[in-house]
Amino acid sequence: MQEETIKKFMYMNRKAPYGTIYALEALEVVLIGAAFDQDVSLAFLDDGVFQLVEGQDTDGIGVKNFSPAFRALGDYDVTKLFVEKESLEERGLSPDDLMELVWEDEDDDWAEKPSIRIVTRDELKSILGDQDVILSF
Amino acid sequence: MAYELNGQTIEHDEEGYLTDLGQWTEDLAAILAKDEGIEMTDEHWEVVNFLREYYDEYQIAPAIRVLVKALKKTMGKEKGSNKYLYTLFPYGPAKQACKIAGLPKPTGCI
Amino acid sequence: MSILHTVNKSPFQKDDLKSCLAHANEGDAVLMIEDGVYGAIAGTAASQDISNAKAGVYVLGADLAARGIAQDKVAEGISVVGYDGFVDLATEHSAVNSWL
Repeated sequence: MQEETIKKFMYMNRKAPYGTIYALEALEVVLIGAAFDQDVSLAFLDDGVFQLVEGQDTDGIGVKNFSPAFRALGDYDVTKLFVEKESLEERGLSPDDLMELVWEDEDDDWAEKPSIRIVTRDELKSILGDQDVILSF
Repeated sequence: MAYELNGQTIEHDEEGYLTDLGQWTEDLAAILAKDEGIEMTDEHWEVVNFLREYYDEYQIAPAIRVLVKALKKTMGKEKGSNKYLYTLFPYGPAKQACKIAGLPKPTGCI
Repeated sequence: MSILHTVNKSPFQKDDLKSCLAHANEGDAVLMIEDGVYGAIAGTAASQDISNAKAGVYVLGADLAARGIAQDKVAEGISVVGYDGFVDLATEHSAVNSWL
């Protein structure tokens, strides 16, 4: 019998949502990669924190608003979204400006638990040091 | 490439998925289902409507295991299973049901 | 566990190098490639961040040469490596993070 090895996968998001295709592509990779039952987490730092801002409305620019898909991540068992505190502050944002993202814990009567965890740069640094695979976007 | 319905032309891609999901109607779904060799029953509609609501909320077509999990939660164990979905949509529930629902092909579905 | 970080954008155009250096741990390596090698020049606006870095800092020689940057222009503390050195760095670390 072959032991299944679970690896720690980190998707690092550093780009704002609509100026380039990176953010959308990263999200698609996360959704596809979720099928492989790995220990997945996402990090949002630098301009990547803009991806999670509440109230995005793209009607006027003719581009699909993909921010609602972040709310589906819990269904894909992606429940750890690390957001860097310093990156928020540098951009005049606070955690209250972000979407409220939750996941439902099937083992706890579908209790809703927050997915976003605000971490400092130093904390994120050590989380990064703990990963088996890092994919940067 | 396009479907014809009541004199209207509705564009689709090379695999039959709608180009503009805003053009979807129940009549069109019936045509799409026929192309897939599926006779629509209340059970089929239940899944198709569920997919449309899911897309409306999250802007993505769910992966099959996500669909199963969500159905299990809202409709119970019997309907929230791979077996049940494959009975309704033998060539892949995500693929066939999404197409009939007018959604894009699920991300990661080959 | 340690990480090899690669940076391929000029630090005078993008903040990738700055952010990478701020997130690199001791024992990590930061390798500047492609336009990232402009960050290796001594006495620039990027130099302070590099000398403060905890990680080892490297630059790919072929990309320096291609851009006409002589090796004696490279800031102290930065090691110039070839493609073989790039491969060594990749194998010495448990993960690679390509900053895009």
